[in-house]
Amino acid sequence: MSNIFKRKKIQDTFERRVRANDREYNEKFQYANNCIMTSKYNIVTFLPVNLFEQFQEVANTYFLFLLILQLIPQISSLSWFTTIVPLVLVLSITAVKDATDDYFRHKSDNQVNNRQSQVLIGGILQKEKWLNVRVGDIIKLENNQFVAADLLLLSSSEPHGLCYIETAELDGETNMKVRQSLSVTSDLGDPNNLAQFDGEVVCEPPNNKLDRFCGTLYWKDCKYPLSNQNMLLRGCVLRNTESCYGLVIFAGPDTKLMQNSGRTKFKRTSIDRLMNTLVLWIFGFLVCMGVILAIGNAVWEKEVGALFQSFLPWDPPVDNFLFSAFLSFWSYVIILNTVVPISLYVSVEVIRLGHSYFINWDRRMFCSRSNTAAEARTTTLNEELGQVEYIFSDKTGTLTQNIMTFNKCSINGHAYGDVIDILGTQQKRVQPLDFSAWNPLADRGFCFYDQSLLEAVMVGEPAVHEFFRVLSLCHTVMSEEKSEGELVYKAQSPDEGALVTAARNFGFVFHSRTPGTVTTQELGKAVTYTLLAILDFNNIRKRMSVIVRNPEGRIRLYCKGADTVLFERLHPCSHEVMNITSDHLNEYASDGLRTLAVAYRDLSEEQWEEWSEHFRGADKATDCRDDRLAAAYEVIEQDMMLLGATAIEDKLQEGVPETIAILSLANIKVWVLTGDKQETAVNIGYSCKMLRDDMTEIFIVNGHTVQSVREELRKARERMLESSRTRDGGKEVEAQGLGGACAFGNGCGGGGAANRMPDESKCPPPQAPPPSLLESISGEFALIISGHSLAHALEADMEREFLETACACRAVICCRVTPLQKALVVELVKRHKKAVTLAIGDGANDVSMIKTAHIGVGISGQEGIQAVLSSDYSFSQFRFLQRLLLVHGRWSYLRMCRFLCYFFYKNFAFTMVHFWFGFFCGFSAQTVYDQYFITLYNIVYTSLPVLAMGIFDQDVPEQRSLEYPKLYEPGQLNLLFNKREFFICIAQGIYTSVVLFFIPYGVLSYATQSNGVPLADYQTFAVTTATALVIVVSVQIALDTGYWTAINHFFIWGSLGLYFTILFAMHSSILFSIFPKQFHFLGSAHNTLGQPVVWLTIALATVICIAPVLAFRFLKLDLKPQLSDTVRYTQLVLQKKRKPGGRVGRGVGGSGVASGSALGRLGRGGSRRSGYAFAHQEGFGELITSGKNMRLSSQALANFASRHSSSWIDTLRRKKHANSPGMQNTPPTGDDSAASSQAPPLSTSSSVNSRQDTAAGEAGQQCNEAVLTHSPDDIALSMLRCADRETGGCSTGTVQEAPFVWKGSGARICGASSPGPPPIAEETSSGD
Amino acid sequence: MGKKQAGTGPLSRRPDNSAFKQQRLPAWSPSLTAQTVLPTFYILSLVCLFLGIWLLITVENTYELKVDYTNAGTCERCFEMRKHAIHTRTTCTCSVNFYVPKTFSGDVFFYYGLRNFHQNLRRYMDSRDDTQMVGRKNNLKAPSSYCAPFDYDANGVPIAPCGAVANSMFNDSFTVRYYPTKGPEVQVPLYRKGIAWYTDKNVKFRNPPTNNTFTLQQAFEGTIRPLYWQRPVYELDDTDHNNNGFINDDLIVWMREAAFPNFKKLYGVLNRAQGPFTQGLPAGNYSVSIFYNFPVEPFRGQKELVISMVTWFGGQNYFLPIAYLVTSGLILVAAIVLTVVYVKVGKKGKNMEE
Repeated sequence: MSNIFKRKKIQDTFERRVRANDREYNEKFQYANNCIMTSKYNIVTFLPVNLFEQFQEVANTYFLFLLILQLIPQISSLSWFTTIVPLVLVLSITAVKDATDDYFRHKSDNQVNNRQSQVLIGGILQKEKWLNVRVGDIIKLENNQFVAADLLLLSSSEPHGLCYIETAELDGETNMKVRQSLSVTSDLGDPNNLAQFDGEVVCEPPNNKLDRFCGTLYWKDCKYPLSNQNMLLRGCVLRNTESCYGLVIFAGPDTKLMQNSGRTKFKRTSIDRLMNTLVLWIFGFLVCMGVILAIGNAVWEKEVGALFQSFLPWDPPVDNFLFSAFLSFWSYVIILNTVVPISLYVSVEVIRLGHSYFINWDRRMFCSRSNTAAEARTTTLNEELGQVEYIFSDKTGTLTQNIMTFNKCSINGHAYGDVIDILGTQQKRVQPLDFSAWNPLADRGFCFYDQSLLEAVMVGEPAVHEFFRVLSLCHTVMSEEKSEGELVYKAQSPDEGALVTAARNFGFVFHSRTPGTVTTQELGKAVTYTLLAILDFNNIRKRMSVIVRNPEGRIRLYCKGADTVLFERLHPCSHEVMNITSDHLNEYASDGLRTLAVAYRDLSEEQWEEWSEHFRGADKATDCRDDRLAAAYEVIEQDMMLLGATAIEDKLQEGVPETIAILSLANIKVWVLTGDKQETAVNIGYSCKMLRDDMTEIFIVNGHTVQSVREELRKARERMLESSRTRDGGKEVEAQGLGGACAFGNGCGGGGAANRMPDESKCPPPQAPPPSLLESISGEFALIISGHSLAHALEADMEREFLETACACRAVICCRVTPLQKALVVELVKRHKKAVTLAIGDGANDVSMIKTAHIGVGISGQEGIQAVLSSDYSFSQFRFLQRLLLVHGRWSYLRMCRFLCYFFYKNFAFTMVHFWFGFFCGFSAQTVYDQYFITLYNIVYTSLPVLAMGIFDQDVPEQRSLEYPKLYEPGQLNLLFNKREFFICIAQGIYTSVVLFFIPYGVLSYATQSNGVPLADYQTFAVTTATALVIVVSVQIALDTGYWTAINHFFIWGSLGLYFTILFAMHSSILFSIFPKQFHFLGSAHNTLGQPVVWLTIALATVICIAPVLAFRFLKLDLKPQLSDTVRYTQLVLQKKRKPGGRVGRGVGGSGVASGSALGRLGRGGSRRSGYAFAHQEGFGELITSGKNMRLSSQALANFASRHSSSWIDTLRRKKHANSPGMQNTPPTGDDSAASSQAPPLSTSSSVNSRQDTAAGEAGQQCNEAVLTHSPDDIALSMLRCADRETGGCSTGTVQEAPFVWKGSGARICGASSPGPPPIAEETSSGD
Repeated sequence: MGKKQAGTGPLSRRPDNSAFKQQRLPAWSPSLTAQTVLPTFYILSLVCLFLGIWLLITVENTYELKVDYTNAGTCERCFEMRKHAIHTRTTCTCSVNFYVPKTFSGDVFFYYGLRNFHQNLRRYMDSRDDTQMVGRKNNLKAPSSYCAPFDYDANGVPIAPCGAVANSMFNDSFTVRYYPTKGPEVQVPLYRKGIAWYTDKNVKFRNPPTNNTFTLQQAFEGTIRPLYWQRPVYELDDTDHNNNGFINDDLIVWMREAAFPNFKKLYGVLNRAQGPFTQGLPAGNYSVSIFYNFPVEPFRGQKELVISMVTWFGGQNYFLPIAYLVTSGLILVAAIVLTVVYVKVGKKGKNMEE
């Protein structure tokens, strides 16, 4: 067996060979099959494996060891059952819990494994479950199906073997992607041919790289290279493709999805770890006590015991006092073991389970739309929810709903979309417009509220018509008419889909397209435009255009794109519109909408001819084609007429901004980690109020090289120090700042030391400065870092720098990150900050992060379940997070801490009595209590009240925790249970034990009953002490319980009642007559508790134990009240006064979306963040013009397509490579501007603040004035252009490094400095 | 929760709106306020003071007298004799004189006290067989292994009662004489029965079944008396044959092990039926003559005769009243400190309204 495994291992480490339709051959390699298994046990292995796991727990092994000790008669100071009863109880409860957990895992595994897929077996398609799919099988996928395994795409129903997939589950990107089969296999087509297919794939072993695949297909003596472009990965969903066939390459655990999901680590809470440490300490303490008592025993046996030999000779094996002491040590280990009560662990589990149920039951975390309740999938992490300091959130599907809606627009200087009544307040309930009445093709799902736009269309305002015409023509959407009048758009990005749908509803219906034409229905009339060119989108251009010839023969260029880009290219005569539109755009942007500007340009036939010549030249170029094309596009996209702007809402999930606001008030830092683009991420950052216009500064780290990333990070830190210095003013702060800078320089030595040398030389010698000055920085900063920079920032020598910088910022957004990077970021924070992290996400791309973080939260109710499956908690709305943390988490933490404090207290109080008694009983390990009392104390007499407290306790009502988020802080600072608190509990426990022993000792040793019988007998003493103990700990729990529900009452009184009941039952003559030896305490309860002196003793002991506690608590409350105490007190006062609630924090929960956005608008224009926020991928234009993705039977078109067939994918590939910094050495195409020489420092700086960088801004100013500037984006862009000119237009690397600035004040200054129409002509003239 | 069944409506999986599940159970949330804590302290202090004074007065009127006879008076000789095991079987009597300064009114109890005798050692306490002493026939001749080495004698005959506890039974006996100022000496009459717990006497300790023809001696046939005993268990009391065997009061009293090494056990109660003792034990001269059997020299122990009177509260016991008084004082101090702190320093009434 092991041999086979080894062979397989070896085979798989180098390469993987898969032969299609040949199971026998493939079985030789023992590849994993497609069955995934996240469960741990099956019925047979459950008992041994579970027991083995449980005994790995130190505590359980320890109790087993104790049990064995107790079986040795010489040292057995307690009966064996005192240990075995709790042990069995604990083991079985844990086992039951594990079994149910695993059962649910089995269920979900089964659900996934039993999904149906169609497998080609023996030439026939057979339904098979996923788990039966083998490597080498050919399976058929249909539209909207999940891909079952990693497949090599063989053929598809679509032309040219294309198929579309959505990879949201995998990497979080929501735009559709195209995959294409090899042309040799795509011809196979139908199942019969495919059954004959016997190609062999040799490829790389399983790995977790989602974007890479290399392999070779050997078929019919030919070799065909394979790339990621040919692969369909598990977790993807097939879209817009009727069906396709694929060859299974990796299955089950070998798939990239599973490889990416990381190891399932057993998560422990910090309380758990602390508890384990404490338990170890207690073991140490136990051993110490054992040693002390053993020494005592040695001395006693030597001095006294030896003389007592005639009455009590030593047991046979004992022949001297040393040996006796040795045995005594073990005996005491047995009886003192209750300081580490076995029920501790099981009680903790029970409490957590209870808290989990409360989470499951919470109606306020139930989403009625998706009919999903919150679910605590892991029951062991609850109290950690009360200690979270960092939240790592995914964007798509978590913060946003991933629904784009066309929300507002500005056409020709007129804004539509706001429904505002006379008072200027937004009306809440307005009926959406009904389009279907006049437009049969309207999409019913589309909602728009502003009647005036519809009227404008009806009236026939030319600008409005033209506006929608652009939307219906300028895109790369594909349409499909399923039946008459039922159009389905296949949009490659949701933004585009939203725009085209909007146009459709307003009567400009995009109907169909061919490579050369676009057919629309304009207000019911079919119009066919000749598509002359698509000037495709890319990241740098941030715009796309089409050139069409309308039926009348007029040629027009329609363009939509980022306003920053577009506004530079407008004709001077649309300046007026531009100014108004710009205002509108500012409004939209401050509402967090994604904006696009829309423009057109009339082209004359000559212009077109001339340009198309130019374009063809560029297109045919072999070297630097992209750049030449870009240059060609640049030429024609000039002098455009602005039509207006659109505003698309990337719908946030409900309540996201409020949640983030509350969380940040609770001192929780939220980091957004998204696979999406920077612009999109930043936009969302603004709309969910993570980024705000009034932030001091926002840093963007976008470098591609180690050096540049380091430089950017360093600059960011310098800026932070600088701004906090200037802000605070004063020399003292300055000195501190310098010291801090120094400290920082020293702190993160490593590779970056050289960079900071000047810094250090400048500083005075550091005098033990605070470890992280950046922590204390005032001012609000934000950091935005992209995936490729993150790759460098996460390297060992820079990670500390990165972390320090990032942690000093209020908000951190990481965009374009891979799933693995998400995990690495989480890991980084986890490792260095010693803080509790929480990761929340919805897709398979978040799985690794969810698993890495201390707490993983999955958003449920969406399509994918991968994230939920690997999460610890799941619910369907991001906003439930505040409830999960601030209410459930906080309570859990509080309860757990109170529970632990009390638990250690009660056990020390209980156990230490034995220690004191040891000094009176010759250290003979005689117990003070009856053995039944010892057995039952922890599991019956005192367990339920403390459990009730641990489950139900509340210090302040739930609404208060949301009102005062600061209440969350004790958890983060770990204040309620730490080593200090532990020692206080222990001290209190020991004090109690002293009182409990010496008071009865003092009284009883001389006392007699009223009938003269002495009370000093052992049994009376045992009963008195035990009763006093039970009463004292009950009073103590009553003091600790802050929230007395009926259940608490029942348990506390019930436990006391139960104690007396059991006591009298155990001491009854009935039990004695059956088992005289076991129940020899016959009559003690009756005889003892009937004596007033005993009760007086108990009362005295209780008072002495409790009074100091009461006094200290009162003092603490009086002198150093916690926030929760104050809130509680306020509550009390208010209850008495019957007045409405506190004022502070009132507004926090209340501010709704509406008021929030209204405020935003009233406040200030805000900065514009309009980027071309398409989740867009370039290359689609080419795809359309090549006709590859069109279902056209026309031979001519097919020919046309085949001519280009190999080029477009190559183009795509080349473009990808172009992103890497190696490709920068193409000749510049732009000309030199006067300012360019001063631009580079700006363009590489991580942030530009025009207020402070005035000197350096001179260059920018010139550029700015060359173009129209209304927002800092423009500055950045113009600088970018300046930089462009110097370094060369086609150097994508540098261009992407160039920053954007989101500084509101900057925008103001710029706006003010260039009033009136700027000299745009200058720009246009230099543009050529 | 998997069974959150069948309903398919949009809210079918909505959790119940019960107060329990929504954590909205009506509850009382007490909190420590000055209005509750300070009065509590003052009241506690007062209560303790009252109890302490009351108890102190009670205790002041309760007398106790201890006569240590270990090697006092003529017992010196017996003390020396008991040092050596060879004289175990020889009887030794001695007497000690003592003076009772005040009349012990009411019921007067006579105890024997032992010092430094550890009845609370684990192995000692375990060394007994309650099943044997409950008179079960089977267990009578098969003593528990816990009794070892006092379970069987050298010849393998089972010991009844077995174990170290029974073996070490206190076996001195006292005769107390009163020397009135006028008239002849009077022997102080004692009840030697009814000195054990009712449950012990009637439930815990039973003799093996006997009847008119089958005597106690026959019932104990096949067992042997404990090594240190002078008489077998069925002959412990020759004045009353119903007080023999396992139900012998002295045995029962001894078998109830003391919790601490210094203890006293009840020996007898003054019989107040006649003579000068109807009011109690009058003040005056007394002597006690002792059958000095129990050796204490080996473990450096001491023996004493304790004479005590009781009230509702038991015998003389100063610990409890003093403890109450001290506690009362401390609580009062604490209460004053708390009050001062509350008034001077504390953030009284601080709430969010400020």
